[in-house]
Amino acid sequence: MEFIQDLLTYGFLQKALITSIMVGIICGIIGSFIVLRGMALMGDAISHAVLPGVAISYMLGISYFYGAVFTGVLTAFSIGAISQNSRIKNDSSIGIVFSAFFALGIILITQAKSATDLTQILFGNVLSVRSSDMWLTLIVGAIVILVVVLFFKELLVSSFDETMAAAYGLKTRLIHYAIMFLLTLVTVASLQTVGVILVVSLLITPASTAYLLTNRLSVMVVLAAFFGALSSITGLYFSFLYNMPSGPVIALTATAIFMLAFLFSPKQGIVVGMFRKKFKRKSITGATN
Amino acid sequence: MIHPITVNNISVSYDGHEVVKDVSFSFGSGSLIGVLGPNGAGKSTLMKAMLGLIHKDHGEVKIGSETVDSMRKKIAYVPQRSNIDWNFPIVVKDTVLLGTYPKIGLLRRPRKADKEWAMECLRQVGMESFANRQIGELSGGQQQRVFLARALAQKADYFFLDEPFVGIDVSSEEIIIGILREMQANGKVIFVVHHDLSKVKKYFDGLILINKELIDAGPTNKVFQSSNMAKAYNREFMIDGLEVSM
Ligand SMILES: Nc1ncnc2c1ncn2[C@@H]1O[C@H](COP(=O)(O)OP(=O)(O)OP(=O)(O)O)[C@@H](O)[C@H]1O
Ligand SMILES: [Mg+2]
Repeated sequence: MEFIQDLLTYGFLQKALITSIMVGIICGIIGSFIVLRGMALMGDAISHAVLPGVAISYMLGISYFYGAVFTGVLTAFSIGAISQNSRIKNDSSIGIVFSAFFALGIILITQAKSATDLTQILFGNVLSVRSSDMWLTLIVGAIVILVVVLFFKELLVSSFDETMAAAYGLKTRLIHYAIMFLLTLVTVASLQTVGVILVVSLLITPASTAYLLTNRLSVMVVLAAFFGALSSITGLYFSFLYNMPSGPVIALTATAIFMLAFLFSPKQGIVVGMFRKKFKRKSITGATN
Repeated sequence: MIHPITVNNISVSYDGHEVVKDVSFSFGSGSLIGVLGPNGAGKSTLMKAMLGLIHKDHGEVKIGSETVDSMRKKIAYVPQRSNIDWNFPIVVKDTVLLGTYPKIGLLRRPRKADKEWAMECLRQVGMESFANRQIGELSGGQQQRVFLARALAQKADYFFLDEPFVGIDVSSEEIIIGILREMQANGKVIFVVHHDLSKVKKYFDGLILINKELIDAGPTNKVFQSSNMAKAYNREFMIDGLEVSM
């Protein structure tokens, strides 16, 4: 395998590999909770809304991390504020807020004419990962994994039955915003690898694949992390060998894995379901004959 | 130590319409209390307000001299309709295990003893053979029994059960009433919203009768009078007739 040879030779490739594995893992983990809480759209919104933050950071000459986290969190609060204080439904307020932030981001970034060009932020370029990016991703990853492991119980009960969680005294609002905050961190850490537009794919698709395969949340989270990592490694492989943008390759890989589960999962798979039906019909006609 | 629950002058409104008006009552340790009233009388609203899950216009709830907020870990609540995703990746025994979480507290995991206790609660409601089913793959009555098992698993002192017997067959209902009776004998305070008036005398030793306003609250014998019932349900009542039909 030439790829493995190159991996051992080139430092930038090693950084890209470590970063993309970590991105896949944390997107799978946070994505599981996003999917179960019905917040897929929120994931999309936050990922788009970090763009103006990135632009402002470049203008100010600070790390894009700070600006991105700032606008991400601002978005989560704005969406909450609109849907709680008016009759606008949650999905509409998400649409209103994130399109505005995204639009602002595009204008700012074209004005800033920064070192990193727009396509790279939008579609990801995993090969351009620097040491500082890798460390950022590893730190975010450590935070996300630690929080999820330590508070797994609370995340489980508040995602499954918010009323019970509130009745026994969990601060469910706080948990919601904590998840939004982690989501923002994960999105920012994924920018280099998948890009703004397709972060949502790595958040939603591996988690949805895992959702089809298990009846236990802990297993779902682990499977989602695995599928996420697999997708982003594949993305790296293709962008290195064939010079493709990593984001779209990652998204398509995640989708391919999803399709496999969708068709062949033992419980939910439609192919398995068709076979089962056919078999049943046969045994019924067999019985009446 | 189980304290009396005192409700003092609670009012609740939705969008400016008052649906629970100036309700007050008090029940001591060792009470199994029926909450009665017609559809829309405000029974569920009263329970949620007592638990502090919705906003009260005014009034307060005390457990002994404490607030509800400081006693949450000793409270179990089974809502009328659980607002949950029935496809959630969770099986029956893990759903019941959630009942042990409040006592386990932050940063610790359920241990073997907790899991065994959850199984025991599942056994009490006669659902142990469904332990490994996904929660959505049950009938309505079976789901309800799982949520009751989860409430039992909480080892709470104060129970709030909103129509717990809807969709549950007679024999399971009697088993569960037996469990509630036993808990009552151990001093627990249990509120149960219930519609079947023929069971009232048999099940409850205290009653809360409301129809937006409190009609009456206190011992069953005092509250369960035809005049009171007529006021609550806006029609004539034959309490003796009901007694015969028991
Ligand atoms: N979320 C809500 N928003 C607005 N009005 C509500 C809401 N929930 C209940 N209501 C109204 O408040 C009143 C009391 O409702 P509640 O659910 O407390 O009645 P209930 O006594 O539990 O009835 P049931 O026996 O049907 O369960 C009803 O008139 C109902 O229409
Ligand atoms: Mg009700």
